[in-house]
Amino acid sequence: MILELNGVGAGYGRIPILHHVDMSVAEGECVGLWGPNGMGKTTLLKTILGYLPATQGSINFMSEDVTPVAAHVRARKGLGLVPQGRQIFPALTVLENLRMGAALSGEGERHVIEEVLEQLPRLKSLLKRTGGLLSGGEQQLLALARCLCGRPKLMMLDEPTEGIQPSINEEIAETLRRLISEKSLAMIVVEQKREFIAVLAKRVLLMQKGSIAGEMTAAELLAHDTFH
Amino acid sequence: MDYLIAIGLEVVSGIASLVLISIGLAVVFGMMKVINLAHGEFLMMGGYATIAASKAGINIWIAILVIAPLVVGLVGLVVERLVIRHLYGRVIDTMLATWGLSLLFIGLVTTVFGNTTSGISSPLGAVNIGPIGFSAYKFFIVAVAVAVIVTLYLLFKLSRFGLIARATMQNADMSAALGVDPARVYAATFAIGSALAGLAGGVLAPVTGVVPSIGAAFVAKAFITVIGGGSAVLVGTLSASGIFATVNQLASFATTPVIGEVALLGAAIILLRLFPRGITGRFFKGRI
Repeated sequence: MILELNGVGAGYGRIPILHHVDMSVAEGECVGLWGPNGMGKTTLLKTILGYLPATQGSINFMSEDVTPVAAHVRARKGLGLVPQGRQIFPALTVLENLRMGAALSGEGERHVIEEVLEQLPRLKSLLKRTGGLLSGGEQQLLALARCLCGRPKLMMLDEPTEGIQPSINEEIAETLRRLISEKSLAMIVVEQKREFIAVLAKRVLLMQKGSIAGEMTAAELLAHDTFH
Repeated sequence: MDYLIAIGLEVVSGIASLVLISIGLAVVFGMMKVINLAHGEFLMMGGYATIAASKAGINIWIAILVIAPLVVGLVGLVVERLVIRHLYGRVIDTMLATWGLSLLFIGLVTTVFGNTTSGISSPLGAVNIGPIGFSAYKFFIVAVAVAVIVTLYLLFKLSRFGLIARATMQNADMSAALGVDPARVYAATFAIGSALAGLAGGVLAPVTGVVPSIGAAFVAKAFITVIGGGSAVLVGTLSASGIFATVNQLASFATTPVIGEVALLGAAIILLRLFPRGITGRFFKGRI
């Protein structure tokens, strides 16, 4: 397993959000995380990355206990995040955003960026544009590309289709599908759109009230009649 | 004609002095949003470091250009680690803490050096422009200001550290998610701002002399310049220094230096009334 969570709890201040979360992700596997708003999906990703400390349980990444490790160290070990709301650096150009992603990848910056741009060619013509001036869809592509520049071993995507036009959603889904099939990149995808998750993940975890309430296949997710 | 050239040189030298006084604060405030009320005392310590090193037999240029920024940069590193780091995002607490630090530094320096003006003579003589004598050291001040601006531009625009620093100041959490340790970036940026204040104190020491309470005179001008300049560290400092120093020098020539200072304050009030977010809040958006 590339990632294992054992009985993880976390919260904001004294307010607990996650309760005894057990989950795992195998190498090259894409796991969907699905559930209604406010059930703790984003909190779970923040806890895995280290933004929030786990108040109980343990988090193992690449067979190493990273529970007490700071977020930036976890990122260097290969945890990548495409956050909710994109969070690109708005005053930096597209190229500078990508350079930030590649800055600590340990490989030649130019080589890494060129390789990522081959996967997301729409960004090639936007390199000199300021990030904050891009459309929402272009910003989402940039957030994805920036994460890929860091050469993640496990990529976590938080609501990647939120507020994005359908054509870009298809481009993102196609890129992610290629990364899973050709690069065997492990992923956790948090998403409200069941069709988007079903395209990528064979295994989907249902999150309710801060816990993993169940597990299903993509086909079962599409047939699921809850939370329509 | 000679008179006009002399006025022009005084204006340029005034702009350079204001750039030097303000740039360290601009880096710390503009990039980290930390209001360092001890900025003036950092300049004061740069002045004393230069004087002490010079009196200890160290070459005056090394004392000004190396010892002063190094000493104050290290002081800044310690201050960031012990005080500022625990107060990020808490503006009022930071102001109170740095105000307390300024009092501490004044007390410590007074204890060591006494409450009298210390000084060193200018290492350069005078040049004559027609019948008017002009201190050659002011050309050095202009050269240092230009070098500082160019170096900072190259550092923040072209270097990897500059890219990481600019990104971290925009979104520290996202930088951490890309493997950057925000605490180290903040520490380095604060140390750079402190070192620049030390350099300014060292460069200006032969002109102004140094007394433990001199920081108060520096910090007011520095804050006016940084707020007037707006969010862009370099363009903001340059443009505000250009306007304020020009007004100050011309009014000083026409009347007295005291009226010149009043004119500078008046210009700042008018500018902030017209552009509440500073010059770069209205113009030169997105620049460093």
